Amino acid sequence: MSAHKSLPHDAAPLHVTGQARYIDDIPTPANTLHLAFGTSEVAAGKIIAMNLEKVRAAAGVIAVFTADDLPFANDVSPSAHDEPLLAKGTVHYLGQPIFMAAATSHLAARKAVRLGQIEIAAETPILTIEDALAANSRFEDGPRIWTKGDVDTALASAQHRLQGEIDMGGQEHFYLEGQAALVFPQEGGDMVVHSSTQHPTEIQHKVAEAIGLPMHAVRCEVRRMGGGFGGKESQGNALAVGCAIAARATGRPCKMRYDRDDDMMITGKRHDFRISYDIGFNEKGVLSGVDFTQMTRCGWALDLSIPVADRAMLHADNAYLLHNVRITSHRLKTNTQSATAYRGFGGPQGVLGIERVMDHVAAHLGLDPIAVRKANYYAHMSKAGADNTTPYGMQVKDFILQEMTDALLVTADYERRRDDIDNWNAANPVLKKGLGFAPVKFGISFTLTHLNQAGALVHVYQDGSIHLNHGGTEMGQGLFQKVAQVAASRFGVAMEAIKITATDTAKVPNTSATAASSGTDLNGMAVQNACDTIIARIADIMAQIHGGKAVDVTFSDGKVTLGETTLTFQQAAMLAYTNRVSLSAAGFYKTPDLAWDRIKGQGQPFFYFAQGAALTEVVIDTLTGENRILRCDILHDAGSSLNPALDIGQIEGGYVQGAGWLTTEELVWDDKGRLRTHAPSTYKIPACSDRPAIFNVALWDAPNSANTVYRSKAVGEPPFMHGISALLAISDAVAACGKTYPSLDAPATPERILAAIKKVRV
Amino acid sequence: MKVTFLLNGETVEVETPATQTLLDWLRGTRGLTGTKEGCNEGDCGACSVIVTDETSKRALNACILFMPQLHGKSVRTVEGIAGPNGEMHPVQSAMVDHHGSQCGFCTPGFIASMAAGHANGRTDHDDMLAGNLCRCTGYAPIIRAAKAAESDPVPVWMNEGQAPIAPAPFAPETLDALCAWYAANPDATVIAGATDVGLWVTKQLRQLDNVVFLNRCRDLQQITETNDTITFGAGVTMVDVHQTLKTYHPSYAEMVRRYGSEQVRGAATIGGNIANGSPIGDNPPALIALGATLHLRHGEATRSIPLQDFFIAYGKQDRAKGELVTGVTIPKSAPALRVYKLSKRFDQDISAVCGAFNVTVSGGKVQAAVITFGGMAGTPVRAAAVENALIGMPWTNETVQAALPAFTQDYTPMTDMRASAAYRLEAAQNMLLRYFAELSGQATSVLEVQP
Repeated sequence: MSAHKSLPHDAAPLHVTGQARYIDDIPTPANTLHLAFGTSEVAAGKIIAMNLEKVRAAAGVIAVFTADDLPFANDVSPSAHDEPLLAKGTVHYLGQPIFMAAATSHLAARKAVRLGQIEIAAETPILTIEDALAANSRFEDGPRIWTKGDVDTALASAQHRLQGEIDMGGQEHFYLEGQAALVFPQEGGDMVVHSSTQHPTEIQHKVAEAIGLPMHAVRCEVRRMGGGFGGKESQGNALAVGCAIAARATGRPCKMRYDRDDDMMITGKRHDFRISYDIGFNEKGVLSGVDFTQMTRCGWALDLSIPVADRAMLHADNAYLLHNVRITSHRLKTNTQSATAYRGFGGPQGVLGIERVMDHVAAHLGLDPIAVRKANYYAHMSKAGADNTTPYGMQVKDFILQEMTDALLVTADYERRRDDIDNWNAANPVLKKGLGFAPVKFGISFTLTHLNQAGALVHVYQDGSIHLNHGGTEMGQGLFQKVAQVAASRFGVAMEAIKITATDTAKVPNTSATAASSGTDLNGMAVQNACDTIIARIADIMAQIHGGKAVDVTFSDGKVTLGETTLTFQQAAMLAYTNRVSLSAAGFYKTPDLAWDRIKGQGQPFFYFAQGAALTEVVIDTLTGENRILRCDILHDAGSSLNPALDIGQIEGGYVQGAGWLTTEELVWDDKGRLRTHAPSTYKIPACSDRPAIFNVALWDAPNSANTVYRSKAVGEPPFMHGISALLAISDAVAACGKTYPSLDAPATPERILAAIKKVRV
Repeated sequence: MKVTFLLNGETVEVETPATQTLLDWLRGTRGLTGTKEGCNEGDCGACSVIVTDETSKRALNACILFMPQLHGKSVRTVEGIAGPNGEMHPVQSAMVDHHGSQCGFCTPGFIASMAAGHANGRTDHDDMLAGNLCRCTGYAPIIRAAKAAESDPVPVWMNEGQAPIAPAPFAPETLDALCAWYAANPDATVIAGATDVGLWVTKQLRQLDNVVFLNRCRDLQQITETNDTITFGAGVTMVDVHQTLKTYHPSYAEMVRRYGSEQVRGAATIGGNIANGSPIGDNPPALIALGATLHLRHGEATRSIPLQDFFIAYGKQDRAKGELVTGVTIPKSAPALRVYKLSKRFDQDISAVCGAFNVTVSGGKVQAAVITFGGMAGTPVRAAAVENALIGMPWTNETVQAALPAFTQDYTPMTDMRASAAYRLEAAQNMLLRYFAELSGQATSVLEVQP
């Protein structure tokens, strides 16, 4: 059986030979037009005048579009219809598209849009959290507030009490393939859209709106993305819509791909957060009351900020049973890029809030931070009572971090290394080492409950080969291979029998974004359902023709067997075909048992929790703040992994990306609202040597207690939060320089680390 | 311009604009889309290809490599790294076996860098691949793959044939010819490695028509040693500078290991880094601390000046129109030289501050001190007040501490996205403390700490 095997990524041989095709690699007709946006040079203001004559006259320019030239909807928002493709009247951030040129080459389009003359009456932009609070500039009517127990009484009567605050920056996705779309106009005004998107249905939907046609007139196809990480959940809309508008107007194929700087100036990033806390606890560090205030800059448009901010609240507990808790969430509207989905979707920010609390409590009491965490863990699944509930009232029934933590601490040799590091620090005045531990418990399901559905389409051809299609998109995570392993396992055939095909809204409609780590859970089950439908039909015809019961037909090793009769899968397919049995089936799946109220913050938003724990060792230079990750040990729960190699790939990659978020990756806006870090020359994602020199990743191999596909667990986002252990390790090293708690903000650049060192030495 | 080179073993002859990049030509004209554009500024490595000439085989960034720079060379792209019958190169099969690709977009660039390293017998994979960014894997499986392929033989198809060479009027072969041309065309843009000029084209979208290429001028590519000096021709690439520095100036060499990336160092020249006059170029502080002499030539006229006098003000150097930087001379011995590069990321990051220290102590007293910083002012500048506070004093922690306030006389740094002014100043001061600690035998480098 293919399930649970460590097969390589299905496209790996294509990747390594340069044959894997991305949007910009698709051969295009000679008359294809190339698009570029002209963007705002100010962060807030009113457009007074636009002179685009030089743009129109520029070499190669065929058409120029402003908001007034759009025939139907001027909107690329995935949520609130508040995001015009091209600004009309008002500009809301520096980098906002105002007009669009279609030219005969990518370079001609880029050159032309720089000739636009836009006169804008600048207004004072709202850039910071302080600005937004002062102006009461926010989404929703006020902060969302969820409570459990009586936090005020708990805090007032606590044995110990602390307040603190952590700032954590946003994060650029830095998918290696920038945003791109290619649209081929069809007869009758229809459009075929190739988009680098995690959400083909949303592309189809927005393109249909923009050209004034029903969704049936638009087909969106996605073979693969060169990385997504949430950045292609909604941010590709503008390119696809722009191309469709231009294709409709000119009748020519249109392509748009952002230059890297444009990509970083225009598109949204991870939400930055400030989380402040007021906490009460006893002498063992057990929290009796927690009052969190989460503030996030959502940028100029709503996009996905509400579910992101909700998920930050939903993860404010992380792995800890909080009896009395209040979480207040401010979703602030600022004149910056509209912050969007990014791996973890608010979860990492919420988790970091309470992980900071755990370290702060341990430092205050002089206790081992891991002991404090264990004292606050949810009850283990074997002992979980009705009161083992999250701040939103969901009973936690599958908690296993006690045994995972203990196992990790043994394999990572924690006790000895803790002593060694303390001794090392005593002997080294300039350099200091630190250790950081962080667990993660991550809720799996879309919190917008209706999105937890998926479809599949499976054909078996008469030669026994199988065409596999589903609503999930491939962005590198190995979804297609894992789902193909499910199909091969159901049919009992070799992987070579399965053809993985591009996601296509004409094959499977009404898909959800490939997001929320849900790709395999949802699409794997939908494919399993489709396969099982075909299997039942083949079994029926086998039983009819050869005698016996359909339930006794088995599919394995490329054979279909009933009693004494054994056919090859190909023979069985041919048998079904010649007996006029359908060998094509649609599959469908919806996640069971989900119901919650996001306003009240009550209910069961998640099907289950994925868990894990990480221990990181770092060294810092107390003179400059330079730092390195030396070692990382991770134990991660992927259930009964469908493909251990691909899952470990997600964990290694997630850790390094998470550590990057909290260390080298700094987004800097100036006081005019201009993002100053808009290219890899200034925005530094981890490079090769930044990974831990010793990097031990292991899977906690136990079946999911929830009934998921082959009892596996989602693995896309949860490992990202292991990177938090790197920040905590740096904080631990800083703490070795003095007596007070460092309260280190993120990203912990050398500059922030040096500032924290000075603070603890006072 | 007419350019002839070998592409994946086949001779191609291309009529090209001077500043067409190899990447645009490969993808747009030639239809070889395996090589990717990730950033178009030489910082991500997705466009890496292998360029071979008589002296070397290197991974370079095709996005900032102009077509005329390839004249007479051999280019191998990801499509040509697999064998003629589709056989995978050892690094390709190792990447499959070790799960080294996820989204796959960075992968062709990694393959080019890995195959170049493999052909050169390199096993310092972190350095070889510092210029290739991957956002998916966390690099661990890529390094496992690179290690696994180390001992496999280099496939025969990786051996390049002799590239045809025809005269290239845009790229003079001798210094005499070059200087004569430049003196007659003083408004021309001189292009060495194009690691900076490339961005004028790909990011500023500047049109450069009047250009001259230095890369065929062998006279500029010499490294000349005497008993006590080394002279680098201006056209010596940083890869070759690095090799030489490893022998004589290990601390400077360690900084150069982190300068740009393998791809950038393979194209960038030491002369370009100096002539460009950037206040954050990493060579000048180290060279000035070494007391380097700069050589220039205008037509037939040559002159040599202390390098520190070359940098007059931000954007202004002591170089006449039509005058060419031809080389730089440094002493072979400077045992007290230490060079500290400070940036948010260790590899391939522009310095927030780059400090170079060369303090001569004799009889317990400071006899001489040259301390130079980049990133602290509009040009690379010596810390004259700090030097004065040290010279003649006993070389002690007290002396060093007492010298720290002098930094405020020497520097008023600025705040930008790399660092604040206050941090720059404090880090510069602390580098002096580090220098003293390091010379005293203390552990001061996080890069040397083992887990």
